[in-house]
Amino acid sequence: MSILVDRGTRLIVQGITGRDGAFHTQQMLAYGTQVVAGVTPGKGGAQVHGVPVFDSVAEAVQATRANASVIYVPAPFAADAIHEAADADLALIVCITEGLPVRDSLGAFHKVLALRGAANPGGRPRLVGPNCPGLITPGQAKVGILPGHICTPGPVGVVSKSGTLTYEVVKQLTDRGLGQSTCLGIGGDPVIGTDFIDALTLFEADGKTEAIVVMGEIGGSAEEEAAQFIRRHVRKPVVAFVAGQTAPAGKRMGHAGAIISGGSGTAAEKMAAFEAAGVLVARIPSEIPSLVAELLERRRARRRNGAAKAAAGAAAKSARRRGAGSRSRAPARAARRSAGAARPARKSPTRKK
Amino acid sequence: MNLHEHQGKELFARFGLPVLPGQVAASPEEARDVAASLGGTVVLKAQVQAGGRGKAGGVKLAENPEEAFEKARDILALTIKGLPVRKLLVTQAADIAREYYCAIVLDREKKAPLVMLSAEGGVDIEEVARRAPGKIVRFHVPLEGLRPYMARNLTRPLFPDFAQAAQAADVLLKLHRAFAEGDCSLAEVNPLAVTPEGRVLALDAKVILDDNAEFRHPEWAAWRDPGEETPGARLAREKGLSYVKLDGDIGCIVNGAGLAMATMDLIKHYGGEPANFLDIGGSSNPEKVTAALRIITGDSHVRAILFNIFGGITRCDDVANGIVTSLEESPLAVPLVIRLTGTNEEKARQILKDFGLGATTSMDEAVRMVIEKAQEVGA
Repeated sequence: MSILVDRGTRLIVQGITGRDGAFHTQQMLAYGTQVVAGVTPGKGGAQVHGVPVFDSVAEAVQATRANASVIYVPAPFAADAIHEAADADLALIVCITEGLPVRDSLGAFHKVLALRGAANPGGRPRLVGPNCPGLITPGQAKVGILPGHICTPGPVGVVSKSGTLTYEVVKQLTDRGLGQSTCLGIGGDPVIGTDFIDALTLFEADGKTEAIVVMGEIGGSAEEEAAQFIRRHVRKPVVAFVAGQTAPAGKRMGHAGAIISGGSGTAAEKMAAFEAAGVLVARIPSEIPSLVAELLERRRARRRNGAAKAAAGAAAKSARRRGAGSRSRAPARAARRSAGAARPARKSPTRKK
Repeated sequence: MNLHEHQGKELFARFGLPVLPGQVAASPEEARDVAASLGGTVVLKAQVQAGGRGKAGGVKLAENPEEAFEKARDILALTIKGLPVRKLLVTQAADIAREYYCAIVLDREKKAPLVMLSAEGGVDIEEVARRAPGKIVRFHVPLEGLRPYMARNLTRPLFPDFAQAAQAADVLLKLHRAFAEGDCSLAEVNPLAVTPEGRVLALDAKVILDDNAEFRHPEWAAWRDPGEETPGARLAREKGLSYVKLDGDIGCIVNGAGLAMATMDLIKHYGGEPANFLDIGGSSNPEKVTAALRIITGDSHVRAILFNIFGGITRCDDVANGIVTSLEESPLAVPLVIRLTGTNEEKARQILKDFGLGATTSMDEAVRMVIEKAQEVGA
């Protein structure tokens, strides 16, 4: 398993005839992704790297039974491309394009949300990005621009606001022998389709993922909200990193969303929020692999212990005790968030921790 | 892009907000002429993008054109929070009975514009937010937009009579239109003043525009003030680089914003001080590399330079070519440490080697090396 993309992903590339679209189509095909169609209005009938091009997403879907789309069209037209993909009933829409006006992103966000329903994180359609590197399920499919060769299959779910910083950390994980279930770049814009909480919800529900790496950065409060969510609803071990510890206030650090305003949105606050939620916080990227290794080892040891205890008949009792405790008081939001995901409620007595 | 007050008022006027007539002056003579044409008492306001202009002596009343001349001379001699005053806004003066605050900003987490309204206007709103958060009314604008009844319901409890509340509601509606159609990230009126006669006026304007929307606002070009930019910042903008100058001595050139921030953090972690944030972006145009080196070497505090490149779409050999081309044109006076990994790494290493340069693959190692070199230069 994995999240959002796998061998069954049948991908459309919107903007396939452009420079970036064509180049990354080739890269995605080479990785083994099923790229079944391309769309560029007015270029229907053409082929790019053997992939047939259509004039509209609706036609492409009808002809190829595609279920996902990746968008490389220029910023002024990117929001329209998202609307088109959403209206064509695709399950996943990944917008790589950078530089969308926030107003356009807001419109696209609300469109996708209205189609999916607010209480349905596992439902369709799901938007990832804009201004993101996309996602990759190692060994199965890559959608976007992440370099495939640095990834390897394994138990670590990675979610990040950044592009190249994600590559850096994924490569270090791979070098350390820690493979990934799925690596997901959610993007650094102020308004994005998939946030940390969505990604955490999906990774928590994914059977293959055993540990999660969250990489945030300054600006906004998504990291603080993710920390709250982890404290209440995530039982898999999480390691966090926050970029921009040395960033000055009031300056936009590259990403449109990366700005400390009115003294809030600092890395220090975000790191403190993660720590308060019991998340291990790496001070520098190269600490991440060893923290993940440590947590995985602990988790596996606990599971071995748990199995041994279960054999002794102690596990069920302890699970009942804990089941009546804090977890069952999870607020309505949790129920809403996880409704529609693989597991409706946490009533299973086989604890994961 | 942050607008000056006079630019913000120009935007507001376009959307029908009640701003008083005024004009920009760059000299005492111009200020005198504007004061004469407006007639009566005028306010002179320094056009710098800094809070606390009044306290710094940057806002003054003048009862006649001669007084306007003298006070303009004083204000134009000021430097407010490091920014020299080069322009003034000269506007009609208004008597103020009460001051309110109103603003619209994007709430990123709620994914909606947020209206903020307070009867405690004319002061620093962040101060109000700390001292008495209950005195700020907040309202998320629903998807269908801000309706007149919503605006009336927001303003009515804060204003003494219906007529004033209705005027304020009208201001809110127009401000919302300016925010939405104008592609603003922030549109703020502080103070929103009420005159003794009960007129509601927007006496100040603070506007931040969403730079990404520039393609559909050709009128924004007139607002860009090249004099405000340092040469480095201008070159960065023209070449499509993200650049923020900092106070340290280690220049860094990185691809990707997150990695660039993490590189700065790592420099600090190992005991150095970054001189800048610089993201050369996703593509690896050698021209961008050259421009980046020019920006960094233009900062006299820089004692050593670090390249940190993780090749994805960015091809390492393109970056290496950019480095070599730049150094052939103008050799560096400070040490250079290069870290490259990813796409076409081997080719890049060969290009650099042929030019007599080495490169490491580890980010941590590169950062430690560049700090050491900077210290040697400093010693």
